Amino acid sequence: MAAISILNVVKSYGHGPRANRVIHGVSAEIADGEFVVIVGPSGCGKSTLLRMVAGLEEITGGEIAIGQRVVNDVEPARRDIAMVFQNYALYPHMSVFDNMAYGLKIAKVPAAEIRQRVDKAAAILQLQPFLARKPRELSGGQRQRVAMGRAIVRQPQVFLFDEPLSNLDAKLRAQTRLEIQKLHRELGVTSLFVTHDQVEAMTLGQRLIVMNAGHMEQIGTPEEVYLRPATTFVAGFIGSPPMNLLPGRAEGSGFVLDGGTALGLPQGAPRSGAVTLGVRPEHADIAAGDGWPLAVEMLEMLGAERLVHGRIGPTPFTLRVDGTREPPRIGQTVRLLVGAAHLHWFDAADGRRVG
Amino acid sequence: MVERNPTLVVLGHAVMWLGLAVVVFPLYLALVAASHTPAEIIAVPMPLVPGGHLIESFRSALVGGSEGAGSTAPVARMMWISLVMALVITVGKIAISLLSAFAIVYFRFPLKNFFFWAIFVTLMLPVEVRIMPSYKVVADLGMLNSYAGLTIPLIASATATFLFRQFFLTVPDELVEAARIDGAGPLRFFKDVLVPLSATSIAALFVIQFIYGWNQYLWPLLVTTSEDMYPVVIGIKRMIAGGDAANEWNVVMATALLAMIPPALVVVLMQKWFVKGLVDTEK
Repeated sequence: MAAISILNVVKSYGHGPRANRVIHGVSAEIADGEFVVIVGPSGCGKSTLLRMVAGLEEITGGEIAIGQRVVNDVEPARRDIAMVFQNYALYPHMSVFDNMAYGLKIAKVPAAEIRQRVDKAAAILQLQPFLARKPRELSGGQRQRVAMGRAIVRQPQVFLFDEPLSNLDAKLRAQTRLEIQKLHRELGVTSLFVTHDQVEAMTLGQRLIVMNAGHMEQIGTPEEVYLRPATTFVAGFIGSPPMNLLPGRAEGSGFVLDGGTALGLPQGAPRSGAVTLGVRPEHADIAAGDGWPLAVEMLEMLGAERLVHGRIGPTPFTLRVDGTREPPRIGQTVRLLVGAAHLHWFDAADGRRVG
Repeated sequence: MVERNPTLVVLGHAVMWLGLAVVVFPLYLALVAASHTPAEIIAVPMPLVPGGHLIESFRSALVGGSEGAGSTAPVARMMWISLVMALVITVGKIAISLLSAFAIVYFRFPLKNFFFWAIFVTLMLPVEVRIMPSYKVVADLGMLNSYAGLTIPLIASATATFLFRQFFLTVPDELVEAARIDGAGPLRFFKDVLVPLSATSIAALFVIQFIYGWNQYLWPLLVTTSEDMYPVVIGIKRMIAGGDAANEWNVVMATALLAMIPPALVVVLMQKWFVKGLVDTEK
């Protein structure tokens, strides 16, 4: 097992002035045995970053080290990693056993040891009944497990997962998520997991790397990312529904929304001038009194909770309330109270957190 | 749409039987001709029922030395030449095409596109177009009347290269990457993954190319001048003397029937694979 250190890594395609830079200097330290999830929208460079760690993409600039060893110019097979692909990438003409054993055969591991390692992995993943089958005779979930088995038998320093759950249906995905978690607890191998699904990211990751457009927006535990998003992008990406972002100006102890609605604050803004105020949907509450005016436009019942969509002045705002409570009526204007602890302030220009 | 109309069923069967008759009748006639003596065959009307000399005809065809006016070389030798020629061409074509398609799809090298197009353009040049320069080269290299002269110029195949290229392009990139992570080098990947995946395409090509090689006529006609290097297709032609000479039609027909057996066998034995190779891609 090994730590991974990513130092100022840059990736661009092409050369010279027309080069297309897709990753702009990402740095992260991943501890030995840690499970880190790289999350971001499609095209943010998360897979590219993972593939650079795997050695499938060349590193344009910066340095990647796995367990103290800089691997920039090391072949994937010699990096002591194993990767699980989104479409599993099983060899279609080989049996499940051969799929798992192929890497070991090439590494000239003795046949008896291959047998033993594959059997052990198959036992962990409950694949014993399928060892003689071909991948096409397996269901999506079973193929996924074979792909993980292929990774396990190599006993690598690092597991790399490239959206391995995307091709599974919702139920299986939840189940496999738990299995991956269990596997990581049992094996304790350093893991990098790429996904665009924030639920996967929050549930699996000990820490998250949130990426956007080739930049690392934030690295932190799920709690940190959720409770103290570093930028408006993270605030809007993590959480469902996302954080409400209200652009406006802080003046004295008040906040004036773009469009002119003045909102009272429980305590002053960290700075005056143009700022964006963020509030999670569950951190505002309907109350009597002179809170923020929310004109209710739409209701969504989700069971345990209810989403109330509306506007404060011109700005859309979503509120999450207990499903058992009497909902407001559409067209009604309700008053909202927000605790001082739940206000997030971001710079209006670059979106960075200011308080 | 499947329509169950009695008239159409009858019509359909009638068309099929007619088609079958058109295909089978010449074969039947060849068999009948092979079973008579030369004198009986040229009688008018030609006999339409088998006679009693079938085995003699085949024997004199295989061993040679009949008394016809044309070539009387033994057909057994010609069959052997044809078989070697067809097999070498087929195996050679498949091997070279697999490797060149592998190079074109999976490697980055200077002028890669140029090479691809150079291969592709030769698709449009059949053997006949380049036959004079090819002959000159083969003759200068002293390869006339040899297996090498018969086969090597026919081995290069743009069609097969193109077919394998298209197939390799459909192999998912992740498979290549998985193999790289598993530590498989290029040749290992080729041998362990690409070739097994191409098995059905290879089988289909084998059938097509075997028949292509077996049926070669023009090229062997040019590069073989001695009887002991004739493939059977040439042999048949040489048995028929021009003008009014008396041909041993029974032996000619027996030879023609013999010449049909190997390609027919290849098709029959490999039919399942052949269809699979053309229809499905096993991924």
